[in-house]
Amino acid sequence: MSNTHARLIYMANQIARNFSALDHEAAAMATADHIQQFWDPRMKAGISGDEPDLSPVAARAFVILRTEGEPPPQTRATVFNPVDEGGRSDAG
Amino acid sequence: MGYAKQPDFGTPEVRSDRTVTLSIDGREVTVPEGTSVMRAAAEIGGDIPKLCATDMVKSFGSCRLCLVEVEGMRGTPASCTTPVTEGMVVKTQTPRLEKLRRGVMELYISDHPLDCLTCSANNDCELQDAAADVGLRDVRYGYDGAHHLGQAPDVSNPYFLFAPDKCIVCSRCVRACDEVQGTLALTVDGRGFASKISAGTTEDDFLSSECVSCGACVQACPTSALMEKSVKEHGKPERSVVTTCAYCGVGCTFRAEMRGEQLVRMVPWKEGKANRGHSCVKGRFAWGYANHKDRITSPMIRDSIDEPWREVSWAEAISYAAGRLKDIRAEHGARALGGITSSRCTNEETFLVQKLVRGGFGSNNVDTCARVCHSPTGYGLKTTFGTSAGTQDFDSVEHSDVILVIGANPTDAHPVFASRMKRRLRQGAKLIVIDPRRIDLVRSPHIEAAHHLPLQPGTNVAVLTAMAHVIVTEGLVDAKFVQERCEVDAFEDWARFVSDESHSPERLEPVTRVPAEELRAAARLFATGGNGAIYYGLGVTEHSQGSSTVMAIANLAMATGNIGRPGVGVNPLRGQNNVQGACDMGSFPHELSGYRHISDAETRALFEQDWGVTLDAEPGLRINNMLDAACDGTFRAIYIQGEDILQSDPDTKHVAAGLEAMDCVIVHDLFLNETANYAHVFLPGSTFLEKDGTFTNAERRIQPVRRVMDPANGYEDWQVTQLLANAMGLGWDYGHPSEILAEIARLTPTFAGVTWERLCAVGSLQWPVNEANPDGAPVMHIDGFVRGKGHFVVTEYVPTDEKTGPRFPLLLTTGRILSHYNVGAQTRRTANTAWHPEDLLEMHPVDAENRGLKDGDWARLASRKGETTLRVKVTERVAPGVVYTTFHHPETQANVVTTDYSDWATNCPEYKVTAVQVAPSNGPTDWQEDYADLSERSRRISHEPAE
Ligand code: SF4
Ligand code: SF4
Ligand code: SF4
Ligand code: FES
Repeated sequence: MSNTHARLIYMANQIARNFSALDHEAAAMATADHIQQFWDPRMKAGISGDEPDLSPVAARAFVILRTEGEPPPQTRATVFNPVDEGGRSDAG
Repeated sequence: MGYAKQPDFGTPEVRSDRTVTLSIDGREVTVPEGTSVMRAAAEIGGDIPKLCATDMVKSFGSCRLCLVEVEGMRGTPASCTTPVTEGMVVKTQTPRLEKLRRGVMELYISDHPLDCLTCSANNDCELQDAAADVGLRDVRYGYDGAHHLGQAPDVSNPYFLFAPDKCIVCSRCVRACDEVQGTLALTVDGRGFASKISAGTTEDDFLSSECVSCGACVQACPTSALMEKSVKEHGKPERSVVTTCAYCGVGCTFRAEMRGEQLVRMVPWKEGKANRGHSCVKGRFAWGYANHKDRITSPMIRDSIDEPWREVSWAEAISYAAGRLKDIRAEHGARALGGITSSRCTNEETFLVQKLVRGGFGSNNVDTCARVCHSPTGYGLKTTFGTSAGTQDFDSVEHSDVILVIGANPTDAHPVFASRMKRRLRQGAKLIVIDPRRIDLVRSPHIEAAHHLPLQPGTNVAVLTAMAHVIVTEGLVDAKFVQERCEVDAFEDWARFVSDESHSPERLEPVTRVPAEELRAAARLFATGGNGAIYYGLGVTEHSQGSSTVMAIANLAMATGNIGRPGVGVNPLRGQNNVQGACDMGSFPHELSGYRHISDAETRALFEQDWGVTLDAEPGLRINNMLDAACDGTFRAIYIQGEDILQSDPDTKHVAAGLEAMDCVIVHDLFLNETANYAHVFLPGSTFLEKDGTFTNAERRIQPVRRVMDPANGYEDWQVTQLLANAMGLGWDYGHPSEILAEIARLTPTFAGVTWERLCAVGSLQWPVNEANPDGAPVMHIDGFVRGKGHFVVTEYVPTDEKTGPRFPLLLTTGRILSHYNVGAQTRRTANTAWHPEDLLEMHPVDAENRGLKDGDWARLASRKGETTLRVKVTERVAPGVVYTTFHHPETQANVVTTDYSDWATNCPEYKVTAVQVAPSNGPTDWQEDYADLSERSRRISHEPAE
C-alpha cells in the first residue's frame, strides 16, 4: 500500500467523521457527495471501497459512488444560485 | 502627471445629516453640522494658514496661526477649533489678522534653523509655506536667544529620521500616533519652551520605543522634523501614481511618489476606502526589495536540478519550457500537468494562469496558496451563506458594539484595519478575544478585552459550540431573524444539537481549558450587546476542522441576527494582498471564476465557447494531492507563479520529495526562492510597481495596481504567461490587463459591471458589481442570503489526530508578525529585519525552566515529522504547554516540523497544531545543514556561454 493510498483512506475517513452527527445513510451520502465534488479522478479511483481501514460510513460512500452514480448534493456546497436574482448574485 | 501634495482640509471630515450654511469672505458655503470653519473654508478653495492642524487628526488649537474674525464674536477665534454655525459671517484675511499671524510666525521661525535651501523638506514644508502665506519678511528676535538648534537627529528607525531642531512642537505627530495608529508611542515632554517630542524610552529613540513604524507621524509632520530617509537620499518627488499595496489583505492604497524612474516614497492615499489615509510599515516603507541584488532578471534553465543554472534568452527559456510540457503531456496525458496561481499577483495574472492550465494544459490541476490559508472560508461560507467572502466593508467596524476576534492577530497581520478597530474599541465597543495567545489586542493602551478565552489549540469548534449552547439554552436566539432569513428545519436540527448537555461550557471545559463562567459571559455579551461582528484569521482555518469552525462562526452570526447590516457580519481577515482575488478568479481545482463548480455543464460551456477549447469536467488536484501524485509518478510537471511552496507548505520533506519527483518544475518569481531549488526553468517575475492590473482585498474591494516603472525583467507577469501559452499554441493576444479584466467580467456574473476604466474613475468597487448592485455591495446578504435562506450546519467537534504524548508533550502553533510578510521573500530583503532578524520560539517560563532554557538560548524543536533549531523567547504571552513561532526565515524552516494533517473538507494544512518537544541545543540540525548545502548548490548560476 503506497503512502498516497493510506492518505486517501485517511482523508475519506476524516470526511465521514465530520458528518457523524447525521445518521449512517445520510452521512454516507454526504461523504460520497463531498468526494464526488472535490476529488480528482485518480484519487477517486485510488480507493476500491473494500479497504479494511475504511470506516463503515466511508466504505458505504464508495459503494454509493460506484453503484448509484452521482449522489444528490448533501452539503449544499454545490447548489448554484440564480444570477442577479432579487438583490442577490451568484457571488460564489 | 505633475506633483501636487494631497489636499489637507485642516480638520477631519464630519458625517452628519444636518447641514449648516455660512459665509466666508463673502462666499456662501454649506457643510455638515460640526464642521470647523477651517474645513469649510478649505471646501471652497480657501487656504487659512495653519500649523498645528491637519485633517488626519482632531484639531488642537495650539499654534494660533489660523485666527479668523467672525461677525458678532469678540476676539479672533482659531478657525480649526471653531465649529460652523448657521448664518455665520467669517473673514479670513484682514489687516488685524495679518499682523497677528506674522507675529506668531516670527516666534516660530526665530527658533528654527534657516537652512531651507539645503533642507530635504524644501518646497515641501508647511512652515515655509505658512511663512510665505503670512508674508513674513524679517525676524525681529534674532537667533541669539535660547533655541533648539544643533540637536542631533534620531536616525535609529531604518526608514525615517527625527530632527528635533526642525520640530515646532505642534504635536501633530503625537496625535497621529494616538488617534490614527492607536499605538500612543509619542509624548510631549516638558512644558512651554522646554517641551519636546519624546518616544518615551530611556534611550529615547524611535527604534527601541513602542513605535511600530507605521509612518502616520511622518505623514502628519508639517516640517522636516519627521521625514522619510528616502526623500533625503533621492530628493523631492516630481510625480505621483496611485496604486495598491502588494502585502496584506487590507489593501491599502498609496501614492507612489516618483522622481524619474526612482520611487522616492509611498504615501498612503487619503481617498483610499480601505485604509482612509493610513498605512503600516510594510506598505509604507518596505518596498526596497524591488531593487534588491538577489532579484533575478534573466530567464534560466537546466536539465536537472544537480546542474548549475544557465542564463538564456526569453525565447529559449519559453520554448524549452513549452517543449518539455508538451512532451510530458504527449507521454503521460494532460492530467500529469498543473499549475499554481499566486495571491501576490493580480487578478488578471491569476486568471490567465488558471486559463493556461485548464484551456492549454488541458487539466483542472490548478490550485493557489489560499489552499493553505483560507480554503476553509470558501467551503464554510459557501455552505452556510452561499458565497465565499467577508460580508462587510472595513467601515462597518465603526458601527459595531461587540467585536469578537477569533484566531486572528490583527495588530500584527492586518495593522491598518486593526487601527480602525482599536479606534472603535477606544470609543467603547466591547471586545472578546478567542486565542491561545494573549495577543496585543487583549490589553493595549486604553483597550482591554471584556473576555479573553485562551483555548487549547485545536478546540475552536468545541468553544463555538459551547457558546451556541449558551445562546440557545438561555433563550438568546434572534428568533425573528432565524424565522425570516434562515432554513428553519436546519436551524432546529442545529439548536437541538448544540443544546445537548454534552456541549455545555462546563462539560467541555476539560477539553477547551476555557473557564465555563467566562465562556458563558462572553456568549451572553455577544448575543445581547448590540451589533456583533466576528473577525477571524488563519487561527480558525488552519486546523483539521477549519471548515467546521468557519461554519460554526456563521451559525453563531445567524443565530444572533448579526448579518446583513453595517456593524455586524462574518469577516475573514485575508493574509496575502490578493487571496480574495485569487479565489474569485477560479484558482481552485474544482471551480471556475465566481465559485462555479467545474462539473456544471452550463458554466463550462460558457468558458468553452469563449476560449475555444474543451474543459475537463472532473475536479483537478489540490497542491498536496499534486505532490502525492508526483511521488506516485502520475503528476509530472508544474508551473508555479509567485509562490514558494517549499517554504510555505507543511511537511517540507514531503514537498521536497514531490518536487524532486517531477520532470519539469517551472518557477516564475522575483527571487530564486526555496522552491526554485527543485526547478528546471526559472522565469523572472515583475513587482507590483512594474505592472498594471487589479487586486481584491478582504472587503471584496477591487482596486487598480499601476505600473510606475518598467519591469526590470522586461515583462509584466501576465505577459510571461502569455508567452508560455503561445509557445503551446494558444494564440493569445492580450495587449493590456484591461482586456483580461474585460474577459473576466464577461465570464463572471459577480464582475459583470467591472471595467478598468471604471475602476480608474471611481478608485475601487466591491463585488458583486452587476445589475442588482451596479455600484457594488459594501455589505452583503442585506435582504436575503446569496443562497436564499441561511443554512445552519451541525458542526460535530472532532479532535485532531495530532496528539500530545510523553514524547511530544507541547503544542506548537505558528503565525506571523507585523514587520514580516509570509515567507519573508520580500520583507527579509528590506530594513524590516531591524525588527525581526530571526524566527523565535515563544515559550512559557514554566516550560522553559523545566527544560533548563533561558531567554535567547538555542533550542531543538522536534515533532513526529522532523526537527529544527531556533532561539527561545520566554514569555507569558503563551499558555503553559503551548509554544509559538513564525515562519518568515528559510533557515528556521518551521514547516519541517509541521505535519500533513489537514482540514477534512479542503485539505488546508493544520499549521496551528503540532505536537512537539523542545530541548536545549547547540546548533543546526542535520536537515538544516543538508538543506543549506543543497540550497547553495542548486542556486549556482553558470555564466559560461552555452555551446
Ligand atoms: S515632529 Fe513634526 S509633527 Fe511632531 S511636533 Fe515636531 S513638527 Fe510637529
Ligand atoms: S511611526 Fe507610527 S507608531 Fe511610530 S511614532 Fe510614528 S505614528 Fe507612532
Ligand atoms: S501590509 Fe497591509 S496594512 Fe500594511 S500597508 Fe500594506 S495593505 Fe496596508
Ligand atoms: S492651526 Fe488652528 S491653532 Fe494651529
